[in-house]
Amino acid sequence: MERHQLLGVIKAEQEKRGYVSEEAIAGMAQTLQLSVGDVYGVATFYSFVSTRPLGRHVIRICKSVPCHFQNGETMSGVIERELGIGPGETTADGRFTFDQISCIGACDQAPAMLVDDEVYGGLTPEKIREILQSFD
Amino acid sequence: MVENRILLKNCGEIDPGDISSYEGAGGFKALGKARGMSPEAVIEEIKASGLRGRGGAGFPCGAKWELARRSAGDRKYLICNADEGEVGTFKDRYLLQYDPFSLLEGMAIAGYAIGTRDAYIYLRAEYHYLLAGLMKAISQCRDKGYLDDLDIKVQEGAGAYICGEESALMNSIEGKRGESRFRPPFPPEKGLFQMPTIINNVETLANVPHIIQNGAAWFSGLGTEKSKGTKLFCVSGDVSRPGLYELTLGCSLKEVLDLAGVKNIGWVQVGGSTGRVIPPNELETVLSYETVLGSGAVIVFDESRDVLDFVYRTVEFLNEESCGKCTPCREGTEVMKEILGRLVAGDGMEGDVDALEALSEAMMQTSLCGLGQTAPIPVLDTLKYFRDDYENRIRQSVLLRGLKTVNA
Repeated sequence: MERHQLLGVIKAEQEKRGYVSEEAIAGMAQTLQLSVGDVYGVATFYSFVSTRPLGRHVIRICKSVPCHFQNGETMSGVIERELGIGPGETTADGRFTFDQISCIGACDQAPAMLVDDEVYGGLTPEKIREILQSFD
Repeated sequence: MVENRILLKNCGEIDPGDISSYEGAGGFKALGKARGMSPEAVIEEIKASGLRGRGGAGFPCGAKWELARRSAGDRKYLICNADEGEVGTFKDRYLLQYDPFSLLEGMAIAGYAIGTRDAYIYLRAEYHYLLAGLMKAISQCRDKGYLDDLDIKVQEGAGAYICGEESALMNSIEGKRGESRFRPPFPPEKGLFQMPTIINNVETLANVPHIIQNGAAWFSGLGTEKSKGTKLFCVSGDVSRPGLYELTLGCSLKEVLDLAGVKNIGWVQVGGSTGRVIPPNELETVLSYETVLGSGAVIVFDESRDVLDFVYRTVEFLNEESCGKCTPCREGTEVMKEILGRLVAGDGMEGDVDALEALSEAMMQTSLCGLGQTAPIPVLDTLKYFRDDYENRIRQSVLLRGLKTVNA
């Protein structure tokens, strides 16, 4: 394995286990002959990589300006109330992790969010409730 | 002026999952034509067309290719920047989804011109849902022999706005933190893995087949003196028809807005998070590299919107997305966010505006890359056009604090 594969390896670990643990980071550092700090620095630089376990489904609502001004914050509040958690938190049953992220390039469908890899635009409180119910 | 659909011509018309429908629409004829020319002649054609980068920086495309072609090195790289993170921008998403073949044909021509076999498409993690379609398009191009001379790898990002900045993008492909690099050396000389590298935006590359097919003279006949061709404008915000509109460069902002449907405009931001702020009495502003353009994002705010909330949100975004490598950007956006946060919360202080202006100056002069250098633009532009909003908010905060002291 070579250095340039590190981000790919980190992402694969994220996908496989739902997060990148300290043990995994140490393992990668050993394999690549890098310092643990170097690998940790890469893993924590990117917002789609988490060093803590995430829920089965990750909700990422856009908080950037175009969504913000089309009721993005209200929709965030709906999700928080429905799930009983705040941004960066995971539901007790491990079903959802909720986060607010930077522009996802769905500004023509604002307010929008990603659930796992799917985009959901034109959000309303009713639509959000429906979407949440469709995930196990 | 009406829309001029060149890049969008295929979108919705062809089947993005079937290469024969792209071929049926005249696809890959440009690649055949280019292969019949010398690489130098292809570069000359792109130079003569006046095509400039569509990602925001606007560097002349042909000149970039020429630098890379002439650079010594047994290995060279072509990178397509599909890390479309600029706020309010979704044109590359649209092209990747509805007409991936135009991009791939553009890349095949670019690879031939600069003389490389190695190419990457850096796709942002937020667009993971486009990956399968893109891979399918690449594999169909391979099967048909269009990519015999070019190996295209798709490298996915992992969530970082700064990776749209070319030097940060290269660091990310190298498996590092997506931090900006000092320049020089510039990528055409020393880029990815220290080799000569060309980085072009999706929209830039999608223009290439049209230029080769129809000729530089056709392309340079569109637009203004320094802005040739058409541009994809991504309209969002307080409009009745948000979406993508393709107009000839040199059109006015008003023409774009009329297509999208607007009323009671408070202001418009053109170009993305660090784009210019246009007040309602300047909607005739021309959209071009000579005036304002950026990524082509057009975000519309009606009169009911709070301009300070807008600036605060924008700076909060830039602060979060600053890679942290250079002090002026990392700390500058932090202090700006703190000041603007107080202003929005009704806790402004006298001297806040002066502090914002002083910080802006320092950041623009000393930041390492475009993020920090342009981060102050929305602050300075709103100070220019909406200074009263800042000053009234501060005055009110000072008075309220005084009242609290009296009551206490």
